[in-house]
Amino acid sequence: MKATATIVLTSLLIVAGIVPRPLIATEIPASERRSGYTFMGAETRAMQDDDTTNPGMLGVLDGEALWNRKAGSAGKSCAGCHQDAKVTMKGVAARYPAYDKELSRPVNLEQRINLCRTRHQQAEPLAYEKHELLALTTYVAEQSRGMPITPDPTPELQPFVAKGRDLFMHRQGQLNIACTNCHDDNWDKHLAGAAITQAMPTGYPIYRLDWQSLGSLERRLRNCITGQRAQNYDYGAVELVELELYLMARARGMPIETPAVRP
Amino acid sequence: MTAALINVPKKAKAGDIIEIKALTSHVMETGYRHTATGEVIPRDIITSFTCRFEGDEVFRADFFPATAANPFISFFTNASKSGKFDFEWIGDNGFSQTASASITVE
Ligand code: HEC
Ligand code: HEC
Repeated sequence: MKATATIVLTSLLIVAGIVPRPLIATEIPASERRSGYTFMGAETRAMQDDDTTNPGMLGVLDGEALWNRKAGSAGKSCAGCHQDAKVTMKGVAARYPAYDKELSRPVNLEQRINLCRTRHQQAEPLAYEKHELLALTTYVAEQSRGMPITPDPTPELQPFVAKGRDLFMHRQGQLNIACTNCHDDNWDKHLAGAAITQAMPTGYPIYRLDWQSLGSLERRLRNCITGQRAQNYDYGAVELVELELYLMARARGMPIETPAVRP
Repeated sequence: MTAALINVPKKAKAGDIIEIKALTSHVMETGYRHTATGEVIPRDIITSFTCRFEGDEVFRADFFPATAANPFISFFTNASKSGKFDFEWIGDNGFSQTASASITVE
């Protein structure tokens, strides 16, 4: 039964032109790197480009309101400590995930914001993928729009980047397929009508038309892992953050687009 | 949380056809979906959008459950004189959102 299912799924991939080959791990040369934006239709690109049609900008507005709102028993707002986000948050998203000494592990932007809630505001952490956390993250990340991705060079972080690369290269799931098989080897092809793209993490959180909402990079990664028919990781799992770290290292120098629109 | 984004040209010449764009945040829950345990998720949609210029209605749209979340509307009108556009979205559960923007017509 299982063998039949695997054969069916494998033939589907072969029909799509994605033939499982020996892992050659052809990383994309810097000169050929392209944002997901360049694979979209003209209408979707126009929607992202105009701040009054980009639905992600609604999240930015909500995030700005939350930035200035007091929370937790410390009675402090984000602005109370960080003042004007346009100044203090500029460039932050371009170098996340970053290393947290206290936890001895990398944290992504959502986790950093939640650490500020628990450590500094004495407030409950916000739930993953709920509008409040997405809005705050989008607001913080939008302050880096147009800035080049510059991964955090902290030495303690490098083993995690390497683990993220291993995860990206590693075949897994019922399809026995790795991220690299689609996103390095077949990025110029389509899968069931969707452009595969190069998996560049330039626009997160994104407004995905299919989701009809904002969503985080982890949501996107979990979608792809489900597509591999592999056991998924929970939101916030160190493996997902490692993948994020590798994706950012792979996209070094590319400009942040947050809030990007994706189909 | 609700927010609205509107785009009205700041300036126009008398008689110009101008495009107005309006986007607002709303879940637009259809009322036809169910939770994992089978309960109906109650309908929660915007039911009407109105644009007035100096108090006179220039555009109105009714909404139904098939509209996507965060509805975006664009329409055209004639720039006759300087003044203020008022936008209003009304919906289920007492939803109400307003915004405004001014135009200078030369
Ligand atoms: C079977 C092919 C396939 C595999 C394997 C796969 N993906 Fe994807 N991935 C896609 C497709 C197709 C899309 C685009 C979907 C869309 O936009 O509709 C995508 C989108 C993405 C994006 C979003 C890029 C953007 O522009 O926002 C990222 C990031 C990503 N994948 C990362 C990964 C990672 C990490 C893995 C491994 C855990 C992985 N993918 C495995 C097919 C795949
Ligand atoms: C009481 C002061 C305080 C408040 C309130 C606070 N923070 Fe922070 N924030 C800090 C400190 C201190 C750091 C440095 C890291 C650490 O020690 O946790 C930090 C770090 C950060 C960083 C990472 C900056 C970088 O350069 O790496 C982000 C992003 C951030 N905060 C966002 C927020 C957001 C969003 C809120 C509101 C939900 C918030 N902070 C509330 C004190 C605060």
